[in-house]
Amino acid sequence: MKARIHSVESCGTVDGPGLRFVTFLQGCPLRCVYCHNPDTWECGDGKEMTVDELLEEASSYLPYMKFSGGGVTLSGGEPLLQPRFVQAFFEACKEKGIHTALDTSGTIMPANIEDILAVTDLVLLDVKHIDDEKHQSITGVSNKNTKKMIQLLEDKSIPVWIRHVIVPGWTDDDQSLDKLGQFIRQHSVVKHVEVLPFHKMGEYKWEQLGFDYQLTEVSPPDEETMEKAKRKLMLDNENLAVK
Amino acid sequence: METLQREGINQMEAWRSFETGNWNEQIDVRDFILRNYQLYTGNDTFLEGTTDKTEKLWNHVLDLMKQEREQGILDADTKNVSTITSHEAGYIDRQLEQIVGLQTDAPLKRSLQPFGGIRMMKTALESFGYEIDPETEKTFTEYRKTHNQGVFDGYTPEIMKARKAGIVTGLPDAYGRGRIIGDYRRPALYGVDHLIEVKKQEKQELESRPMNEENIRDREELSEQLRSLEELKQLAQAYEHDISQPAKNAKEAFQSVYLAYLAAIKEQNGAAMSLGRVSTFLDIYIERDLAEGSITEKEVQELVDHFVMKLRMVRFLRTPEYNELFSGDPTWVTESIGGVAEDGSPLVTKNSFRFLHTLTNLGPAPEPNLTVLWSEQLPKNFKEFTAKMSIETSSIQYENDDLMREDYGDDYGIACCVSPMKIGKQMQFFGARANLAKALLYTINGGVDEKLKMQVGPAFEPIKSDVLDYDEVKEKFEEVQDWLAGLYIDALNVIHYMHDKYSYERLEMALHDRDVMRTMACGIAGLSVVTDALSAIKHTTVRVIRDEDGVATDFEVEGDYPKYGNDDARADEIARDLVKGFMNKIRERKTYRDAVPTQSILTITSNVVYGKKTGNTPDGRKSGEPFAPGANPMHGRDTKGALASLNSVAKLPFEDSQDGISCTFSIVPKALGKDEQTRCQNLVSILDGYMSQTGHHVNINVFDREKLEDAMEHPEKYPQLTVRVSGYAVNFIRLTREQQLDVINRTFHESM
Repeated sequence: MKARIHSVESCGTVDGPGLRFVTFLQGCPLRCVYCHNPDTWECGDGKEMTVDELLEEASSYLPYMKFSGGGVTLSGGEPLLQPRFVQAFFEACKEKGIHTALDTSGTIMPANIEDILAVTDLVLLDVKHIDDEKHQSITGVSNKNTKKMIQLLEDKSIPVWIRHVIVPGWTDDDQSLDKLGQFIRQHSVVKHVEVLPFHKMGEYKWEQLGFDYQLTEVSPPDEETMEKAKRKLMLDNENLAVK
Repeated sequence: METLQREGINQMEAWRSFETGNWNEQIDVRDFILRNYQLYTGNDTFLEGTTDKTEKLWNHVLDLMKQEREQGILDADTKNVSTITSHEAGYIDRQLEQIVGLQTDAPLKRSLQPFGGIRMMKTALESFGYEIDPETEKTFTEYRKTHNQGVFDGYTPEIMKARKAGIVTGLPDAYGRGRIIGDYRRPALYGVDHLIEVKKQEKQELESRPMNEENIRDREELSEQLRSLEELKQLAQAYEHDISQPAKNAKEAFQSVYLAYLAAIKEQNGAAMSLGRVSTFLDIYIERDLAEGSITEKEVQELVDHFVMKLRMVRFLRTPEYNELFSGDPTWVTESIGGVAEDGSPLVTKNSFRFLHTLTNLGPAPEPNLTVLWSEQLPKNFKEFTAKMSIETSSIQYENDDLMREDYGDDYGIACCVSPMKIGKQMQFFGARANLAKALLYTINGGVDEKLKMQVGPAFEPIKSDVLDYDEVKEKFEEVQDWLAGLYIDALNVIHYMHDKYSYERLEMALHDRDVMRTMACGIAGLSVVTDALSAIKHTTVRVIRDEDGVATDFEVEGDYPKYGNDDARADEIARDLVKGFMNKIRERKTYRDAVPTQSILTITSNVVYGKKTGNTPDGRKSGEPFAPGANPMHGRDTKGALASLNSVAKLPFEDSQDGISCTFSIVPKALGKDEQTRCQNLVSILDGYMSQTGHHVNINVFDREKLEDAMEHPEKYPQLTVRVSGYAVNFIRLTREQQLDVINRTFHESM
């Protein structure tokens, strides 16, 4: 079993709990206007790696995972574009007792999703926007599956961390944030909400790839906007940790 | 009889409420600690800030240090030879100081210590615009021989050439060897009078032995030790402190420990004058005073702050050449904190926290060289506190207690940067290091130095092919290393014979047992250069470029090869074999006083000078470029992230490098995590993960490259900016520009 892989990070500190071996899988169906890794879009790029190769590399960092309560994270791109690999890799990890996290937009619902979730300890769900229409204008894709995905996770009681990027003019209006907050609170599996400020560190990659970057004129959100977003997404839910 | 009675009465008072044990029968500080210390597993909320006295005193010292930085040195004694009793009592501000004692009669005034070598003193003074007193110079030139003269009487022409070429460097042949830790706790616990009685007894036991060279030397050394103990009493008297008797409370204990240490640095300007492991020992006195209600936490912290302030003021006269090797005026007042007892209980006390807390109260500083003996079993709160202090100050180094405890027990201390030794029971003959990268070039060039274009080693058969063949290089490299190990040990034997003869550490050794274990502490530099070079030769094509005389001056590396620092067995195994291989060659040699050979992989800041003296190497490193420090991978070649880099270093075998394996780790704050708490926890996990894989030592730096660049341009904004480099910390703005650039160019892990 092989996958196309963009890159690995030997121990990430932001994609799940503890120190994590993060693999960025190549290929993404979304074309988010603010994407900072457009180099992960094209499905044919990246290098091929087998489950065993990836597992061997991840295993070098077992001591750090053990002491930090970390594990592995599959991110992307969109990992669910290579669902059979995700399943096989997570199954291999579970055999070694390694904590598994899946970082996905939830817009793909592969046939083996049940099998994948059976070996997934945590899902980092990137909700780009709560309104389908706006979701489409940001990503080019509907969010119907994302909503189905969270329901499925709810049914299976798999812990979820919601991630949401605040882009001024695109995702920071009160109404959208209130609605997203409401949506989050309907799901008891959501353990954690990460509100991330839009940044422009990926802009140069758009130029390199010859893509047209729409957000040149948009600035990162100010602190006040970020505080507001955090408040709205946390409202009335004491179980939620918001960062 | 009367003395005995008096001693008994004093001991009863001083040792009140302590649990008794073997320590009452013989000198056994470890036993005293284990029976009496109180483990602290709580957090840092009990800590106190500075008192007014501390504030005033420290500001005064900071002013003096500022003047010192501007002038080079603040002042120097150009006439009086420094001995334990050479100077009148000196003070910073007598009304404010809780712990008294200075090296000379004024703060930061440097003392004259010519026993290591008069030339070093003369040149050092001249470089700062002072002139040595002609009388003193005459005495140490015409009447009194020094260590330095003795060594050069003994050196062979071949050693001289090797020294000049820099295939062996940094040898302690013109200055004090250092790296000996007196057990400075003994005077506090037992009183010097009692120590004198014990030493007399030890000397008496030798009377029945035949007077051969060894026994004569032992008796002479014991006599010198006894004299030095009498002098220590005089020194204390000058400061109105009675060190002849055991300390009765915490303040007296601090004062006795400090004065014993002070006596050592007044007598010796050793390269590293380390303190040992005093914080938990002192905590026992503090806890008793706190329980008796005679001291408050605020007052305790004041004592610790003032004690540490004194340690920050230790100064020696050094030449510009010395500073080029070991920059930033280091003294390696290393204090080892934490660790775990052999029965598994952590040796962490509140005083472990207080010592680290001085980095907050007095600000970051390179000295004392605060060293945390790390164990998986340390209390969680303590681990997180040390991580927090590391992130805030970059002033702490960590060494693997779980690894060292097996061989060194639970009462060892770190001398200098990474060298463990049982306190009061073991000492080392410091041996700087051999340059393995240069040895590889000698292999290719048949013993001809690539820079001096001179035959330094024996005329080995050079390598004549255009493309380097791995097996041929390896085989011939073995021969060169055999020669180098022999020459190196010969040089060290000469050095330490002469040091014992002309500059014996009387007081430090008086604070040891009579029969100590000695190690011959060798070292290697250029490990990552040679590893990568051999890997390049093995895995790709390396072409030799020779000059008109046939000397290989450059190399062309075609294609990529596995590099050390990426957790890649193909490179890491080469590094491991190199360490093992050179150690075995050292083991074959006969050492002075039958010292047990060891080695370290440590360069301090000398990696810059070694690089300067070494030509182009087959790994692609250019002539003059610095080596990586210690056991670090080469700059920028550890591309797979911080943990892969640490994993490679952790694979180096400690059993073949028992004098320490130094690793310096620099990371930007945000790579450690998003918020302060996560960063602390992640740093703790990194340390646990690294040490559990038998990594020996790691310096932790947490800051952005931009901050260092700004400090280079605006040093006045960063008077206390501290950076950990190979085994010790330096005040960044006191480095040479070249060294500053080296620190900046080192790999900063921006992601893990």
